[in-house]
Amino acid sequence: MHIRFTASAAGLVALAFGLATTPAAAFPDQPINYIIPFDPGGESDVSARFQQPYFSKIAGQDLIIQYLPGAGGASAWSGLNDYEGDGYTIMGTNLPHIILQPLLQDPGYETDDIVNVYIFHYTPDALIVAADSPHETLEDFLAAANEAPGAMTVSGSGTNSANDVANQLFENETGAVLTYIPYPGTAPSITALLGGEVDAAWGYTTVAAGQGDQVRTLAVAMEERHSLFPDVPTFRELGYEIVGGAYRGIAVPASTPEETRQELSRLIGEINADPDFIQQMEEAGFALIDVPYDEAADWMEERKAFYGEIAEQLGAGR
Amino acid sequence: MEIFGFLGEALSAQNLMFALLGVIGGTVIGALPGLSATMAIAVMVPFTFALDPASGLIMLGAIYTGAIYGGAFAAILVNTPGTPSAIATTFDGYPMARRGDGDLAVTIATIASVTGGLVGGILLLTLSPVLAQVALRFGSTEYFWLAVLGLTLIAVLSEGNLVKGLMGACLGLLLSMVGVAVVGGDVRFTFGQRELLGGVGIIPALIGLYCIPVLIDMVARPGQHLEAPAAGRGFRLAEAMGIAIRDGWNLLRSSVIGTVVGILPGAGGSIASLVAYSEARRTARNQEEYGKGASGGLLSTESANNATVGGGFIPTLVLGIPGTPPDAVILGALLVQGIRTGPALFETQGQIVYTFIFGLLIATALMLPVGLLIGRYAFRFIVATPKALLVPLIAFMTVLGSFAVHNHPNDVVVMVAMGILGWLLNRAGYGPSPIVLGLVLGQIAEQGFVRAWMIGGARGDFLGQLIINRPISWAIVALILVTVCLPLVKSIRNRRAEGIRR
Repeated sequence: MHIRFTASAAGLVALAFGLATTPAAAFPDQPINYIIPFDPGGESDVSARFQQPYFSKIAGQDLIIQYLPGAGGASAWSGLNDYEGDGYTIMGTNLPHIILQPLLQDPGYETDDIVNVYIFHYTPDALIVAADSPHETLEDFLAAANEAPGAMTVSGSGTNSANDVANQLFENETGAVLTYIPYPGTAPSITALLGGEVDAAWGYTTVAAGQGDQVRTLAVAMEERHSLFPDVPTFRELGYEIVGGAYRGIAVPASTPEETRQELSRLIGEINADPDFIQQMEEAGFALIDVPYDEAADWMEERKAFYGEIAEQLGAGR
Repeated sequence: MEIFGFLGEALSAQNLMFALLGVIGGTVIGALPGLSATMAIAVMVPFTFALDPASGLIMLGAIYTGAIYGGAFAAILVNTPGTPSAIATTFDGYPMARRGDGDLAVTIATIASVTGGLVGGILLLTLSPVLAQVALRFGSTEYFWLAVLGLTLIAVLSEGNLVKGLMGACLGLLLSMVGVAVVGGDVRFTFGQRELLGGVGIIPALIGLYCIPVLIDMVARPGQHLEAPAAGRGFRLAEAMGIAIRDGWNLLRSSVIGTVVGILPGAGGSIASLVAYSEARRTARNQEEYGKGASGGLLSTESANNATVGGGFIPTLVLGIPGTPPDAVILGALLVQGIRTGPALFETQGQIVYTFIFGLLIATALMLPVGLLIGRYAFRFIVATPKALLVPLIAFMTVLGSFAVHNHPNDVVVMVAMGILGWLLNRAGYGPSPIVLGLVLGQIAEQGFVRAWMIGGARGDFLGQLIINRPISWAIVALILVTVCLPLVKSIRNRRAEGIRR
């Protein structure tokens, strides 16, 4: 209700403004609804909040953030193509969610139903231990894990989630056997880590950034070290081919015309190139990537193949 | 004292205005079932970016505490918890309203909420770093036992008809399992309906189970919904104050319970008020009145749920771990403003943090006048509006409220289905509260147990993980035993005494 009110109020302002300047402005000439398929407060929300002011600055229109949580994002994604494809409704998308959900359940949409116009950042997987943990490095951790296979517990948010995938990938690459303990979110997962209930936690660089000195990050799943953690090695440096995390993009309804998709992709790309935006995102622990509309389909195919394999292992393990 | 400089800052005209606006807005939103504090705060977040951080935070905190308090109005006046935190408030609040003491109940709830909020806020101000450790000491095991403690309330709530109470609770537990399981990812009880993948929402179920039977009852029963009060009775503030002071120990204990439960991420106001209620009833001298309109029950639930506000900010500010969903939104807002939470926060950002905490305390105190005025208006409105108008209005609100949870019509269907189910069960003598307790606590109990099982299994010591090595669990289990066994012992003793007399 309030969201609608702000939308129409902003619309009125935009209308007045539009009349004063150009009568037939190009896209966008009214505020854009940006649907986040999760509750406010998470990484999807925070990154959208970071984008918000830059969008207004660059596109001259407001970005209005709405939340449509439910079924791990599936409620929103299954309804994406029912919106009008005029470019004024865009929706956040998350990987591996939009690939794993259709593979493992029947969420009411297929991965290919979702038209991504840009994949703009990811939160790299990070293996985190508490500051007082006996494991100083990833080698320490692996040595301890290999001593008693299965006895090492690692917390994460949810089953068949990005954290679960990271754990599976880690086991594949290192040969270690861990016990993954799923929690209903990042907050309880990190609480379990700090309280000593589990030995380590799968989180993201954003989580490590939020916890500061209370935790030690053993390694991050990036190609190069994160600017915020110059002392934390990448898995790759240590000899394990693990790069990735939870990717976030923006999608439009399938009925959206080609030029509008291109224009949205250009706008989001421009935000991604803004030095102030880059700095804000990196300080919060995010890692930016640029997959514009033209490359999004190929990129998704590649990810589908990658997660498809993991999904089989996750399914077989249970 | 440097800290009191921040008090002055919190008392600036601008900050006072934001606190007042926040409390008014929050109370109204909380009073409307379905419109949640989380959503209200999320909507207001962009506006706070234009303010300085402390003022923005004060407004968000004020909305939050106001909304938790406002939930009591709907609970007392129409037997529908405005927020999940107010579930237990219906137990005694609505019976009070039915016997003509709705105005007194609202005033008592206001005093209790302000007291609880102040206790939570003062503990946040003084003992945050110490209390944050509580959040860390609570593992999956403790959540399991805490949920079981909450479930023992069923025995209390369904006195005289334990079997029906237990059957209701089992139904609630089954409902809590619908959807994709967090642990294991299995899809359960969806019967091929993808709308059910996300499970049965607590808020639509609450609205349906509590509110629809009341609506049907209002239509079926002649006469006014609530008795009109005698003219010129005012707020009955002195009377309510007297009750609160006489029951001061209960008020204080419930506030502390609320603060401690609020610190636990994943527990929240509903569990806090249930545990506080259970303790209040167990220790009360007039036990048999609980559930039939005892002021002590109302005092305990309303003080406990508002104490969770201050309690929830403790892990949010100290550990960077949100204690409740609204805390998560506020944490996100802090992050966007470039403020890092964590142990160093009180030193590096002391000015913002202390100004905010004082602002929260002031907002809580403002709830007294604001709440009394809004409460009186709400009470008069419910009493004076003819049923022909009141019923469609509330019916409309139930639809709006369940839709607003996820902006999705699914939840409206769930609400109506639960409402019809609740009405039929009510007729057969099954109350809504055991079902709701099963629904709210089922997930917490199940997940806690399964995780303790997994962790214990990995370490080869399941019993150690579940109870033996967990002193906090011992205490909770002791409370469970006392809650379950004491009424049994008492009834056996009574029966014996009767036998001797015969």
